[in-house]
Amino acid sequence: MTHRIFVNGQPHQVDAAPDTPLLYVLRNDLGLNGPKFGCGLGQCGACAAIVGGRLTRTCSIALRDVGEDKVTTLEGLGTLEKPHPLQKSFIDEQAAQCAYCSNGMIMAAKALLDSNPDPSEEDIKDALVEQLCRCGVHNRVVRAVRRAAEELAR
Amino acid sequence: MTNKGLSRRLFTQSLGIVVASFVLAPGVVLGQAPGALPFSLRNNRRLEGWIRLEPDETVTVFTGKAELGQGILTALAQIAAEELDVELDKIHMVSADTSSGPDEQYTFGSQSVEQSGGAIRAASAQARGALLAAAAARFGVRPEDLQARAGVIVVPDGKRATYWEVASTDSDLLKGDITAAAAPKKPSDYSIVGKSIHRIDLPGKLTGAASYVQDMRLPGMIFARVVRPPRYGAKLVSLDEAAVRSLPGVVTVVRDGNFLAVAAKREEQAIAARNALASAARWSEDAIPLPDIADLLGELKKLRAETIVAGSAGQSEPVPDQGKRVSAEYTRSYLSHASIGPSCAVAWLKDGHMTVWSHTQGAFPLRGDLAKVLRMQSDHVDVIHMPGAGCYGHNGADDVALDAALVARAVAGAPVKLQWMRDDEFAWAPFGPGMTMKVEAALAPDGKIVDWSYDVWSNSHAMRPGQAGGVNLLAAWDLRTPFVKSPPPHIPQPFGDGDRNAVPFYELPKKEIRNHLLLDAPVRNGSFRTLGAHGNIYAIESFMDELAATAGLDPLAFRLAHLRDPRAQAVLQTAADKAGWMPGQKSDGRHGRGLAFCRYKSIGMYGAVVVDVEIDRKTGVIKVPRVVIAADIGLVVNPDGAVNQLEGGIVQAVSLTLKEQVSFDRHEITSRDWSGYPILTFPDVPSIEVVLMQRSDPSLGAGEGSLPPTSAALANAFAHATGRRLRELPMTPERVKTLLS
Repeated sequence: MTHRIFVNGQPHQVDAAPDTPLLYVLRNDLGLNGPKFGCGLGQCGACAAIVGGRLTRTCSIALRDVGEDKVTTLEGLGTLEKPHPLQKSFIDEQAAQCAYCSNGMIMAAKALLDSNPDPSEEDIKDALVEQLCRCGVHNRVVRAVRRAAEELAR
Repeated sequence: MTNKGLSRRLFTQSLGIVVASFVLAPGVVLGQAPGALPFSLRNNRRLEGWIRLEPDETVTVFTGKAELGQGILTALAQIAAEELDVELDKIHMVSADTSSGPDEQYTFGSQSVEQSGGAIRAASAQARGALLAAAAARFGVRPEDLQARAGVIVVPDGKRATYWEVASTDSDLLKGDITAAAAPKKPSDYSIVGKSIHRIDLPGKLTGAASYVQDMRLPGMIFARVVRPPRYGAKLVSLDEAAVRSLPGVVTVVRDGNFLAVAAKREEQAIAARNALASAARWSEDAIPLPDIADLLGELKKLRAETIVAGSAGQSEPVPDQGKRVSAEYTRSYLSHASIGPSCAVAWLKDGHMTVWSHTQGAFPLRGDLAKVLRMQSDHVDVIHMPGAGCYGHNGADDVALDAALVARAVAGAPVKLQWMRDDEFAWAPFGPGMTMKVEAALAPDGKIVDWSYDVWSNSHAMRPGQAGGVNLLAAWDLRTPFVKSPPPHIPQPFGDGDRNAVPFYELPKKEIRNHLLLDAPVRNGSFRTLGAHGNIYAIESFMDELAATAGLDPLAFRLAHLRDPRAQAVLQTAADKAGWMPGQKSDGRHGRGLAFCRYKSIGMYGAVVVDVEIDRKTGVIKVPRVVIAADIGLVVNPDGAVNQLEGGIVQAVSLTLKEQVSFDRHEITSRDWSGYPILTFPDVPSIEVVLMQRSDPSLGAGEGSLPPTSAALANAFAHATGRRLRELPMTPERVKTLLS
């Protein structure tokens, strides 16, 4: 069955069952690498993207429920040549080890900064409480989000 | 070019990695390596096996070590750029790959900078020397009159030649055995080593470049999933395959003994088919009785054990009759790697050659075991390392590689990507074994320890593929013609196994340390970051505080009085000073501060940690606002990279200490998702201050050494805060409440 979805500013025709979790469409039909499979249960946040302006676990939303909502993934923020301030601040703070969770960290931070451009450390920690990281780079992530907020305020 | 080479190129091009078509000359008889040769050169003597100048004026550096998220490729590139005098961005690292590059066995034990770094340093110094000698001959000057900078050799009269120009005239210039005769640079002359260079792999990973094995896409690739038994020991009784085969997209169902897998055209179809396959399978009631996790203290000692004396001194001396004898027992739970991304592999059987892309820690040992199970010649199997999610030891990477290969064999010609689901990972990846430790000591009236007796009970923490006497791959045990597990190896001190760091670093005139290596292994066991060091240092350092309290001495002074090594004393004093340690500081019943020391593996990094805690006596919740560490890791290649590793170890240790335990009833693993195995989250992560000692001694590795002392210091801080000691990990709110009530 064919669906029309809007991802990173572009319309796409996708041939998949309507109950297909968005994650697999993004990764396998659209060839995007940002959203990662972590648990498939909506518990870890590795698959996060912004759907219809809201931070969304793409492993737990069906293609049919995405509808006309615009989807933004890590790739929609910036590129290697022209990274988004959040991607740049994660590099500047070296806020990653394995970086498998970084997609979710950056997307959750993007959703936070969209609603609160000047978050405190506590705000950042609260916003990221459901994004799991196992390598232990949490403090660097908090610094990176603060740094991006300051950069965006300039 | 072979198809295998093509597939590798197709994928690696997108990663911007230089493709290595080069292979170590087969059948080369290696000469006897001199003892002084860096460890990794002993079986990989050829210079061209480590370094190659490319026509595009770059340098390819081959390592047998793997990028596990620890930043090793960046550190090794720094070492190569430094010794070669080449700009860092000219270096292209090629990671562990059985088809091209040195065999450095496993990436483990915080040894990569020491081993691969040592080899690359020697290879680079030799290559630079050869280039300078060739340039000297060409320009008719002495090599010492030449200067090399950024890959350009400059002659006193102003003539110049690049390395690549010099090398182009003699294709054998950078070939031959590495002799380690060329003197490497003095650390005082370093300009790249010692700098906090940004990780070379992070920009791609943070912007969505194809970076992980999970991101691989090969032409015609299909997706696979496994169905594992509900519990250890259960056997497949019956299976309604037809119902699954007719599902949308299903390509095949693989059934071999108790091994079950399904492949489909699309990933979500494979997952749906996996769920259907699980419903269609009937398993026997067989089960392996599991220990009672509420009583690990008693349960582990009931298992069959082989006792090994790990350390002994002064046993012929009489037992001192004066002084106090103190004893205590401690336990630690079974631990999960809990990596954010479940294990994944891509396998492709094409024209009789099996290629497996894997986030394994040991590409070469894995190849050997895959070949055994697949009944193929090992030169018909290649394992190529690709990054996965964070690796903290022997996780499911090797197991899923065999799973993928078994499916690839059933659909020859099609590449297969197989990722475990979250419950596969939590239930079936090897665990860090539970441990029980018993310490007894005698204190003289002057506060000196005069007798020390230590016992540790634990399964082996070393059950990797590539070990003798069997095959350590999960699916291999489930096949219709099964393979046996390798028996646990005997790993002598100072590395040890469950007895890693069981021999205290303190000066003890009379001591005996016994490792009770458990032979029954009801719960699947393997290597988790620091092996037994985590449990042993937790016990030893907790007990040091208990002894200090018995002697009426300050924990810092008590430790310093039992240490002679100035580097050990220095980290303790530095951490204490940085944290504002105050001897004799009283607690208010809620706030506490604890200290611990560890020299990892007794020969690795020195670490001293001070932890502050706040206890909510009503809820039993322990908060950790601040952790300070002083670490001596010898020569630091990349300070920020080292700090990142030390910080990560501290966060992981706080998580292990407060929250983590694999749960099981008497038959089945019950912690199968993140709600069953919670880890530390953002609001609970402490602020961390790291002091790196300035040293130019050989590098000691920073990947693991911060974990054990953090757990111990946290336990000591709790005891300081409450006046009561919890001798079981994790220190959950329930245990805290029970203890304090």
